[in-house]
Amino acid sequence: MIVELGHFALALAFVVALVQTVVPLAGAHWRRADWMAVAETAATTQFLLIAFAFAALTWAFVTSDFSLAVVVANSHTLKPMIYKISGVWGNHEGSLLLWVLILALFGACAAWFGGNLPPTLRARVLGVQGSIGVAFLAFTLFTSNPFLRLAIPPMDGQDLNPLLQDPGLAFHPPFLYLGYVGLSMAFSFAVAALLEGRVDAAWGRWVRPWTLAAWVFLTIGIGLGSWWAYYELGWGGFWFWDPVENASFMPWLIGAALLHSAIVVEKREALKSWTILLAILAFGFSLIGTFIVRSGVITSVHAFANDPERGVFILLILAVFVGGSLTLFAARAGIMEAKGVFSMVSRESALVVNNLLLAVATFVVFVGTIWPLLAELLFDRKLSVGAPFFNAAFTPFMLILAVVLPLGAILPWKRAQLGRSLAAIWGAGALALALAGLVWAMQTGRSAMGPIGVALGGWLVFGALADLWLRTGRGALAGRLGRLTRLPRADWGKATAHSGLGIVMFAIAGIYAWEREDIRVVQVGETFAMAPYDITLVDVERVQGPNYISTMATMRVTRDGAEVALLRPEKRVYPVKAMPTTEAAIDYGFWRDIYLVIGDPQDGGGWAVRSYIKPFANWLWAGCVMMALGGLISLTDRRYRVAAGARRAPAAVPAE
Amino acid sequence: MRALILALMLAATPLTAPPALAVQPDEILADPALESRAREISKGLRCLVCRNENIDDSNAELARDLRLLVRERLVAGDTDAQVVDFVVARYGEYVLLNPTGRGSNWILWYAGPAMLLGGLAVAGLYLRRRSRTPEATATPLTEAERQRLDELMRS
Repeated sequence: MIVELGHFALALAFVVALVQTVVPLAGAHWRRADWMAVAETAATTQFLLIAFAFAALTWAFVTSDFSLAVVVANSHTLKPMIYKISGVWGNHEGSLLLWVLILALFGACAAWFGGNLPPTLRARVLGVQGSIGVAFLAFTLFTSNPFLRLAIPPMDGQDLNPLLQDPGLAFHPPFLYLGYVGLSMAFSFAVAALLEGRVDAAWGRWVRPWTLAAWVFLTIGIGLGSWWAYYELGWGGFWFWDPVENASFMPWLIGAALLHSAIVVEKREALKSWTILLAILAFGFSLIGTFIVRSGVITSVHAFANDPERGVFILLILAVFVGGSLTLFAARAGIMEAKGVFSMVSRESALVVNNLLLAVATFVVFVGTIWPLLAELLFDRKLSVGAPFFNAAFTPFMLILAVVLPLGAILPWKRAQLGRSLAAIWGAGALALALAGLVWAMQTGRSAMGPIGVALGGWLVFGALADLWLRTGRGALAGRLGRLTRLPRADWGKATAHSGLGIVMFAIAGIYAWEREDIRVVQVGETFAMAPYDITLVDVERVQGPNYISTMATMRVTRDGAEVALLRPEKRVYPVKAMPTTEAAIDYGFWRDIYLVIGDPQDGGGWAVRSYIKPFANWLWAGCVMMALGGLISLTDRRYRVAAGARRAPAAVPAE
Repeated sequence: MRALILALMLAATPLTAPPALAVQPDEILADPALESRAREISKGLRCLVCRNENIDDSNAELARDLRLLVRERLVAGDTDAQVVDFVVARYGEYVLLNPTGRGSNWILWYAGPAMLLGGLAVAGLYLRRRSRTPEATATPLTEAERQRLDELMRS
């Protein structure tokens, strides 16, 4: 019964989304306030209905209702409760329901917190958001309905893919979707502004928090996925340039560009058409990502249900939304006349360079991702484009970005003098170079990657600190320290996020440059050296888990006789899916991770053991967290809160 | 994350013979210089039965065969390029994770730099124009905005 109600609610949500699209857009066109007012109610209703449908599906998973096809294919009575819940979105149908739930949530948030928007703009934003809802609800209902019943329910389910039975993966998709789908708000704002025929500083200020929020979620989602790959796959890889990873990375890059160009719109009323274009493209890449994940056209290792019919449907959605918005964009380009005037050397120009580099980097990832498809279609060549290509073709643009970033970040608006700005932060650069030189001297005879990583990472971090310090102005030390605490949150957010990027770059270089690996056969009781540690294989035993059987090794890591860690790497077999997984044991450390993997028993006795020392691995995740945190700090900046609270408490608006 | 498919594939193997995990101890060459060359080459070769995975990381049986083949050729005295050519001759261009620049692939390799140059040109023109146009005057407020402003000022 609950399942049927959920199904019904989903169908009803589709109708509500239709209303939310048609009535407010028509109302905005003919200036009918009562029609426009429908948007708010519709957005809330649509969200509540989808939330109910989602709750109904969750209920089916929690109670192991095996009359539902989706539950049978992805659940099992013995599965721990948390994975019964995360199993809801661990499959195509359920994840799509989560997709539309988040879409409706963003729409509802725009309705709840959009009180300060002009009524026509708000109606149009909600209308466009509603139309995306129509498309995806139709997709869900007609091609991927999670509420399909089975005529003869089996006694038990087929279990969730064991690799997905992991806390990291329980939270990775929701965050990614919050990011992907969040970019739909930027899209809706862009299309609404085109319909409205007006793009101004206020628009820049409204669109930015939504983009920022989406980007923060995307950062967390990508970071979680990368971390999961690191500890779960058994060799500590964290990024594979897989098409599906690229699918999440492209919106992230474009989103980052959009964040920065929206600043120029907000502060200087320039780059308007470019920003609108980026907003369209950012969501376009989200849709392309959805297409790549769910169509199976490009071979990826992320298997979702691959169904040509679904692929065609998404392609259709993509064509309608991106094609339609680009047509509208071309028709309305004339209205977006720039106002701000600035010289060649200025913050505006620096942000143009930022956008150019991010856009080119995205383009490289895009071409690399679809090239196998194009080459086969156009030139009849069956070829692969893998990590070596992306490392060679993508990295240079990021390196250039890192080199110019700290300087660009401190250039004054409108008109800057390169010499003066350089003089202000030469210390940060010198410090970074000195540090790199020191590392270079210490590591004699290894690749240049480590020192380069140190130099760039240091330059970004010290540059961000210098930026904060410069913002405090001139005068006595005490005064400047005092002003430091009173800087706008946006300044702190910027410094945090930029430092995070530096730390990520450093960590990636560090891991690749200084990682050590050891593969060998070890007898139980044997000790082997991996300087400066000694590692002993103490014991290997069979352990029965809740829904798996584990081969668990106990390994002691010592340094100069003192115990550093007792680690238990495992190999698990999940009988229901007949699928093995490796569970590496990791001793997380500030400077390095010790990463141990137990392999197979060998014919001559003993076990294959793989040990890694991964330097600075934790810095990578810390850097991701800092980038996300920087975004969050910016999001709490006063100017957004003032804007958000404007309607409810007009008295609180200060006369600036 | 590619492990999803990988896991599906592994699922086909019977439980009694668990799959090997990437490079095995018995594969490693005694000469560390040769071995490190073998690892480098392996990272650029695709495991043909996997999805987007190099043979160095792959658990598949075929990947192991390829790893052994690479090491065999290296021991026989081939250069890195000869080893790669040998594998490509056998399995086709598809095996290369690092696509060559030959033929139509120049598009792939030069797409990024070309776009950067084009973008620089466009951005340069735009910035030049921006720096020369006189500052536009502010657009006047609409009637609705004026009312709202009054409202804000009163409160």
